[in-house]
Amino acid sequence: MNFAFSEEQEQLRDAVRKFLEAKSPESEVRTLMETTDGYDPAVWSQMAKELGLQSLHIPEAYGGQGFSWVELGIVLEEMGRALLCAPYFSTVVLAANAILNAGTDEQKAELLPGIASGETIATLAFTEPNGKWDASGITMEASGSGDAVTLTGEKMFVIDGHSVELIVVVARQAGTSGEDGIGFYTVAGDAAGLTRTALATMDQTRKQAKLEFSNVAATPLGAAGSGWAALSKTLDQAAVGLCNEMAGGAQFVLEESVQYAKDRVQFGRPIGSFQAIKHKCADMLLEVESAKSAAYYASWCAAEDNDELPVVASLAKAYCSDAYFHSAAENIQIHGGIGFTWEHNAHLYFKRAKSSEILLGDATYHRELLAQRIGI
Amino acid sequence: METRPGGQVRSRSPMDFRDSPEEAAFRDEVRAWLDEHLTAEFRAIGGRGGPADEADWDLRLEWERLLGKDRWVGLSWPEEYGGRAASFAEHVIFSEEYAKADAPARMSFFGEGLFSPTLLAYGTEDQKRRYLPKIQSVEELWCQGYSEPDAGSDLSNVATRAELDGDEWVVNGQKVWTTLAHRAQWCFAVVRTDPTSTGHKGLSYLLVPMDQPGIEVRPLHQMTGTAEFNEVFFSDARTAKENVLGEVNDGWKVAMATLGFERGTAFLSQQLAFQRELAGIVEVAQVNGKASDATIRQELADSYIGVQIMKYNGLRMLTDLVRKGVLGPSSSIGKLYWSNWHRTLGERAMYVMGTDASVVAGEPGGEYSLDELHRIFMFSRSETIYAGASEIQRNIIGERVLGLPREPR
Repeated sequence: MNFAFSEEQEQLRDAVRKFLEAKSPESEVRTLMETTDGYDPAVWSQMAKELGLQSLHIPEAYGGQGFSWVELGIVLEEMGRALLCAPYFSTVVLAANAILNAGTDEQKAELLPGIASGETIATLAFTEPNGKWDASGITMEASGSGDAVTLTGEKMFVIDGHSVELIVVVARQAGTSGEDGIGFYTVAGDAAGLTRTALATMDQTRKQAKLEFSNVAATPLGAAGSGWAALSKTLDQAAVGLCNEMAGGAQFVLEESVQYAKDRVQFGRPIGSFQAIKHKCADMLLEVESAKSAAYYASWCAAEDNDELPVVASLAKAYCSDAYFHSAAENIQIHGGIGFTWEHNAHLYFKRAKSSEILLGDATYHRELLAQRIGI
Repeated sequence: METRPGGQVRSRSPMDFRDSPEEAAFRDEVRAWLDEHLTAEFRAIGGRGGPADEADWDLRLEWERLLGKDRWVGLSWPEEYGGRAASFAEHVIFSEEYAKADAPARMSFFGEGLFSPTLLAYGTEDQKRRYLPKIQSVEELWCQGYSEPDAGSDLSNVATRAELDGDEWVVNGQKVWTTLAHRAQWCFAVVRTDPTSTGHKGLSYLLVPMDQPGIEVRPLHQMTGTAEFNEVFFSDARTAKENVLGEVNDGWKVAMATLGFERGTAFLSQQLAFQRELAGIVEVAQVNGKASDATIRQELADSYIGVQIMKYNGLRMLTDLVRKGVLGPSSSIGKLYWSNWHRTLGERAMYVMGTDASVVAGEPGGEYSLDELHRIFMFSRSETIYAGASEIQRNIIGERVLGLPREPR
C-alpha cells in the first residue's frame, strides 16, 4: 500500500508546471480567452512534440506512450492550475477515451495516432439542448444501417466543438430509449450538413459550441446500438480527469488567498492574523487537500480500471465540484474589492470552477448517481 | 525503465492500494488469529462499547488482554519493547480485519494510542521498560489529565501544580473531562512545576498513579445522560520524582506531541466505525421509507463521500508520515474533518428518523437513555470540542500549516 506519487511522476509534474508557466501565463490566458478558437496551435504542437502530453496515456499500439491515468491526472492538475486554454480535455480526455472504449482495434489504429501526435484535435458531442448528462438526454437519432448512416439533430455545450477536426457523436437508433440503442459515430468537423456555432461561454477559458446536424454522413464507431457501457465508462473517466483539473485550480486559489492574507494590511495588521480570514483559509486547505485525495484515489481506480471506478468517479466529482467552487468563491471574498475586478485573476478561476462543476453533471447530480451506485 | 521523448521516465505506477505479498501474509495472520480467538462469547459483544464506554467491561478487558498477550496491543512498537514493529500499512490492515470480524471495541486508546507513542518519543529507557509491558498486558490503563476548569482551549493556563517534597512530587489542583479516570491505574497530566511561571513555560508532563488517597474521581454527567468523562481532584496526591516524561518545566512540547497523536492516528479504527454507523442509518432510511426522499438521498450520499475521503486523507497523511518521520500540525486537518463530519451525520440521523426522533429509548420518568442514533446525534457535540476545539484546530492550521500571522496577544 502506498498513497504517494513516485519520483518520476513528480518530475513529470515539474516539467509540465515549468512548461505551462512559460507558455500559459495569465497574460496568455487572457489573450486566448478573447479569441473564438481559444488556443494557440503553436503551443499545442509544442505540448505534443516536446512533452508528449497528447500521447501520454494512449497505448503504444496506437502511437501513444502507454502511461496510466495517474500520469494523465498529474498533467490535468497542472493544466487546471494554469487555466491552460487548449483543446486538451476535449481531445485527450473525452474523444480519445471514447475511441478507446467504443472503437474496434482497426478504428483505434486509424484515429488515435493523429490525436497522439497532436495533429488531430477532437471532441465528444454528447449533450443536447436539454442539458442532461444521463442516457435520457440523448435524443438525436441515427438513420440508415451498416456504414451508411446519417445524423440529424442538435448537440449543445460541445467542448471545442466549433474548432475540432474530428467529432465523436453519441446518438441513438430510431425507436430506442434509455440506455438501449446508444451508439458512437465519427464525423469530420467540416462535414456537409453540419453547422457549427461557437457559444458565448460564461467561462471564457473553455470554449463550447452548438452543432446542428442535417443528414450528416457519419461512420459508426464500434458496435451500433450497444454503446451505453462505453459511454458510461468514458463519462466516469472524464469525471476523474476533471476532478484532477479542479484540484489543481483549487490549490492555486488557496495559495493566492493565503499569500494575500499575509500581505494585505488593514487595521494595522495583516488580514490573515484575524480569525475570520484565518479560519476561511484553514477550511479551504481542508477542502483542497480532501479534493486532492479524492482525485488522486480516483485516478488510481481509473488506472486500474477496477470495479470501484463508477462509485469513486461520482464521489470525487461531487466533492471536487463543491470544493473548487467554494475555494474560488472564498478567494474573491478574501481579496475584497480587488478580487471583484476584471484585472484580477480571481474571476477567471471562479468561472472555471463553475463551468467545471456543471460539466459532466454537477454535485447534486453526482450525489444522486452515487446513491444509486451504492444501493441507497 | 525507458526514457521517452520529453525526458519522461517509464515506470509502473507506484501508487498502489493493494496488498504487497508481505502485507497479504500479514492480513492472513490477522484473520487466522481473529478466527481462532474470537469465540462465541466475544462475538456476542462484537462492535460494542468504545474507548469511553463501559458496556461489558469485564469481558472486553479479558478480550483486550488476549490481544495484548499475542502482541496485537503495541503492534507498531519496536520489537525490543515487545511490539511487532508494524508498518502503517500493517496497522491499516489490522484495523480493517478487526472491524470486518466485528471484534469487541478496543479499550486501550489512552495508554496504547496516546501515551505509548509519546513515551517512545520522550521517555527514558527505564520509563519505557516500566510502562510499555503493562500497557501491552492491559494490567494498567491510562487516563489523560489535560483540561481544567480554567484551561480548556487555552490549555497553557493550567493551574494544577506539583512541588517536590524529597523524592516525591506533591500534586494539588483539578482536572476535568478525564475519560475513564475511575478505571485507570495511571494518569499522564500536564501540571505546573514552576510556581512563578505562566503560559507554556514551567509545565511538566507528570505520570501519577490513580489509586491513592490524594485523588478523588467524580463522574461528570453529560447531556447524553451518561458519564464517560470525570472530574479528578488532586489533594496532596503523590508520585515519584522520576515520573516526569521529558525535562522538568519543559512539558509543553511533550503534551503537544500527545495531542498530535490524538488528532492524527486515531482515524484508522474510527473511520471504519463511522462507515458502520452510516450503513446503520442508511438501513433505517430504507426501512422507514426516507431513502426515497430526494433531500435525504443527497445527504446520505454526501455523508458517504465524506467518510470515504476521510480514509483517502488518512492514507495520504500516513504515507507522508512514513516518508517524513513526524506527524506534524497537519494532523489538525484530520481532527477538524472527522469531528465535523460526525456531527453532521448525527444531525442527518435525526432527519432520517423523522418524527420518531422525538422519542428516546428509556422509560417515561425513568433514567434518560438514548438509542444508537440519538447517541451519535448528541455525543458528537463533544467531538468538535475535545482534543482541541474546531476553532483551535483552524488556528493551528492557519498559523502552523499555512504560515499565517498569529493573532496579536
